[in-house]
Amino acid sequence: MSSTATSPAPEQAQPLLSLRGLEKRFSLSGDFLEQLKFKGGKLVREQEHVHAINGVDLDIQRGEALCVVGESGCGKSTVARTVMGLITPTAGEIRYDGERIDDRTTKELLPYRRRMQMIFQNPYASLNPRMTIQQTLEEPIRLHHPDWSPQRVKDQVAEVMTSVGIAPDWGARYGHEFSGGQRQRIAIARALAVDPEFIVADEPISALDVSIQAQVLNLLMEAQQQRNLTYLFITHDLAVVEHFGTRVAVMYLGRVCEVAPTATLFATPRHPYTQALMSAIPRLEDDRPQHIRLQGEVPTPVNLPSGCVFHGRCPHANERCRVEVPTLIATDEGGQVACHGVEEGRI
Amino acid sequence: MTTPTSPTASRWERLRDSYLLYSFKRDLIAQASLLVFIVLVAGAVLAPWLAPMNPYDLAQIDILASELPPFWVDGSDPAYVMGTDAQGRDLLSTILYGARVSLIIGFGAVALQAALGVCFGLLAGYLGGRVDAFLMRLADIQLSFSTLMVAIVVGALFKAIFGGATFSAYAVPLLVLIIGLAEWPQYARTVRASVLAEKGKEYVDAARVMGLSSRRIMFRHILPNTLSPIFVISTVQVANAIISEAALSFLGLGMPETQPSLGSLIKSGFDYIQSGSWWITLIPGLVLVVLVLVINLLGDWLRDVLNPRLYKG
Repeated sequence: MSSTATSPAPEQAQPLLSLRGLEKRFSLSGDFLEQLKFKGGKLVREQEHVHAINGVDLDIQRGEALCVVGESGCGKSTVARTVMGLITPTAGEIRYDGERIDDRTTKELLPYRRRMQMIFQNPYASLNPRMTIQQTLEEPIRLHHPDWSPQRVKDQVAEVMTSVGIAPDWGARYGHEFSGGQRQRIAIARALAVDPEFIVADEPISALDVSIQAQVLNLLMEAQQQRNLTYLFITHDLAVVEHFGTRVAVMYLGRVCEVAPTATLFATPRHPYTQALMSAIPRLEDDRPQHIRLQGEVPTPVNLPSGCVFHGRCPHANERCRVEVPTLIATDEGGQVACHGVEEGRI
Repeated sequence: MTTPTSPTASRWERLRDSYLLYSFKRDLIAQASLLVFIVLVAGAVLAPWLAPMNPYDLAQIDILASELPPFWVDGSDPAYVMGTDAQGRDLLSTILYGARVSLIIGFGAVALQAALGVCFGLLAGYLGGRVDAFLMRLADIQLSFSTLMVAIVVGALFKAIFGGATFSAYAVPLLVLIIGLAEWPQYARTVRASVLAEKGKEYVDAARVMGLSSRRIMFRHILPNTLSPIFVISTVQVANAIISEAALSFLGLGMPETQPSLGSLIKSGFDYIQSGSWWITLIPGLVLVVLVLVINLLGDWLRDVLNPRLYKG
């Protein structure tokens, strides 16, 4: 176990985190007795699932900030939680530094917990109301470094508190004594306390005031430079993506439709959904192309459409799109896109 | 059920205490209840020093002084302020010792209920799934039998198998065990409900991401956030346990008359109420009513103070 935690340095090409065919279904049907139904005089077992994510392939390289964008309910947060082991995937695999981590027990995951941490959306709920800041920050350090002396633990807490801009002598206070921005800084400090190399941030600024958002975002970027961090950054704010992301993954209905370097994606979006998404960003310039209006609604993730999940609303959809599920293919610009139209050169 | 008290925590605890104190100062009923409760508990705890005689010591009991009325009735003996019972025991001393037995059983049974109920509730709420279904069905089954019925059956069986002498010797632990085992679902259900509410909060996810064990998350993170309802039920349950014990004793399945609780005192006096010795039943009965009433009033006050809708720490 310990040998896997300190595996030799991987080749340059190996991604830090890679997801392959990741799927997660949530049952809607309750327990076994509730699933039994009478249909045409027969007792049948019926199960309905929400397909939160279905078949996500993603690679995250060391040192980058991969932003995942998409509208509400497209499975962004589920991807983040699955990566962190808060949710067990229904199918597919998660590899961290080449080692498979999705099938490990809590105990076996412990060495990875030190290397990957998470920042949550709601800073009002992510701090235990009955623990002081000092206790909150000491806990992960004590857990992962049981051999450290109390003084060394205190020094480490003081160091992370200073680095996020919270005075170390505020440690005796409770979470509710701080403002939302300060709480989120403390939550970031908790994630940084164990010196991780990879951080999953699940909409870390969407619960904050706009004036505070920039501060917290800059804090995250500073931490990335100083500590050489890799981010998986979940957001629905495209302005943040442009500012923060090295690469962007666009999700729709539980699938990745396009992955590309940030500048490329904003300049030349290839997937019809990405194009519509980009055209929806409010801009000051006047000469931009017409706003693309998508027809219809996002289909329910309970009964997924066949073929490409986007075909019902795509202006370029043809028969193949209705039948065959597109896979990610490399584009000339260095990104990947899952679209038959792009593959065939129609778009 | 102990709150972690570290030097850093005490400051907040003081803050919380000050809110408790604030509302306490404004509530006359709570103050009066607490005063009466303290007097009764102090009397019970200090019984060996306060009581004029030891009702367990046969040498001190004078059978000729039986059924003497309390001091304000004609024919009383100034040595026995509250009169004596049918065996010639000083009623005041017997009540003090009896309240002691009642309180020990009440608090002991509640401690057992709380320990079982909190553990089962945490497990059911946090682990969910089959563990939850199993424990909650167990709780439903337990609740479908009334406490008294279970206690009567177990007590009667124990008495029949081991004989009255053994029963008398082990009456206190046995009653604690019976009442404690019969009422744990009250705690389990409340704790489970609170755990389900807390489990969805992000600080629990943060603790899981940290890699903490389920046990540590349950007891160090979730349990401290569910303490308010636990405190409130505890007060009600202490009163309930005392009443249950009194009812069992009244039915002859509780404390033996040689070491009476309030319930068995009421029972022993009940036989003489027709012959005019009303005080043997009435005075311990009043003490029992007052004791249970003040505990319930304190519980009501605590429930209002700790109500998360009015005040959430």
